[in-house]
Amino acid sequence: MKDNQLLSLFGYFALLSLFAVGGANAAIPEMHRIAVEVMHWMSDRQFADSFAIAQVSPGPNIIIVTLIGYHVAGLPGAAVATIAMCGPSCIVAFLVARTWDRFKEARWRIAIQAGLVPVSLGLIGASAFVLARSADHSIYAAIITALTALVGFTTRINPLWIFALSGLLGLTGGL
Amino acid sequence: MTAAAPSSSPTVIRPTLYELFRAFAVVSVSGFGGALPWARRKIVEQNRWMTAEEFNEAFALSQFLPGPNVVNFSVVFGSRFGGVAGAAVALAGLMGPPLIIVTILAMLYARFGDLEMLGRILIGITAAAVGLLIAVVAKMAAPLFRARWDWAPLIAIAAFVGVAIVQWPLPLVFVVLAPISIACAWMTR
Repeated sequence: MKDNQLLSLFGYFALLSLFAVGGANAAIPEMHRIAVEVMHWMSDRQFADSFAIAQVSPGPNIIIVTLIGYHVAGLPGAAVATIAMCGPSCIVAFLVARTWDRFKEARWRIAIQAGLVPVSLGLIGASAFVLARSADHSIYAAIITALTALVGFTTRINPLWIFALSGLLGLTGGL
Repeated sequence: MTAAAPSSSPTVIRPTLYELFRAFAVVSVSGFGGALPWARRKIVEQNRWMTAEEFNEAFALSQFLPGPNVVNFSVVFGSRFGGVAGAAVALAGLMGPPLIIVTILAMLYARFGDLEMLGRILIGITAAAVGLLIAVVAKMAAPLFRARWDWAPLIAIAAFVGVAIVQWPLPLVFVVLAPISIACAWMTR
């Protein structure tokens, strides 16, 4: 049973690793679909909590897979999920990095680079949508989201301040 | 932090493996809300391991490769200076400290996640984090949608609808849309 879970953690995240163009933020809906809806590893709420913890932790946001892995199968789960999510894409990055400079001016290289931008934008937009649905269960939470989006778009404030304030609002207010 | 001296000296210094590890470890723990500005400061401005231009190119490459951008960047950058060993060392520096921290947080959450107080704090933080993500999307979308109403916004919308509304698996959406998008980019050049 436990081995099965490790195996499916590995399989899902290794596959996702190769399609997550746009990074962690682009992969959120697929993680949500797998962890909450398909595999029932965690509740919607636990997924949203994991996202929040990954956001306030230092380091790459992809670290949310470590949290999901830990939730599913403890320390081995955390290790397997992290390696699966980073391994395949790192190997690709390593191989491409060695050859890429040679094709700097090539037309196909420019087309690939330009063509992937809108795809990853759409995927990240989908992440925002899926997360908003998991996170904003009250009008107050939705207001915090809207205000933060506005502040984030118009200023360059350090996100830690926003997280601190919104955590406090969550604690004291009736979210 | 004054604006960094423009890379007037073209002399680029080669880091040792230990220096690589240390630089990425520092970047990883200081990189709240995106490690890019920290990585740039450390690599281009403080250490002069790359010129600003080389940095931009390596980062552009990392961004459109699959997988987490900063993680890709550590591999691309590390491999340039030390092959497999360099890539491994940079990656270990980037992932090591955050992994230790987040594992501790995961244990705490497993133990105290049911506490109502913690739950309320996390609800507030999640709501804000989603807001910041929306801001990122808006910033990315602005130039794309403003330029010209051509194929690019349509592809972005199709990817959004496929994943968020219809809820198709991401690999499926990608396999269908990426070739179309790349073909469009090819033809409009």
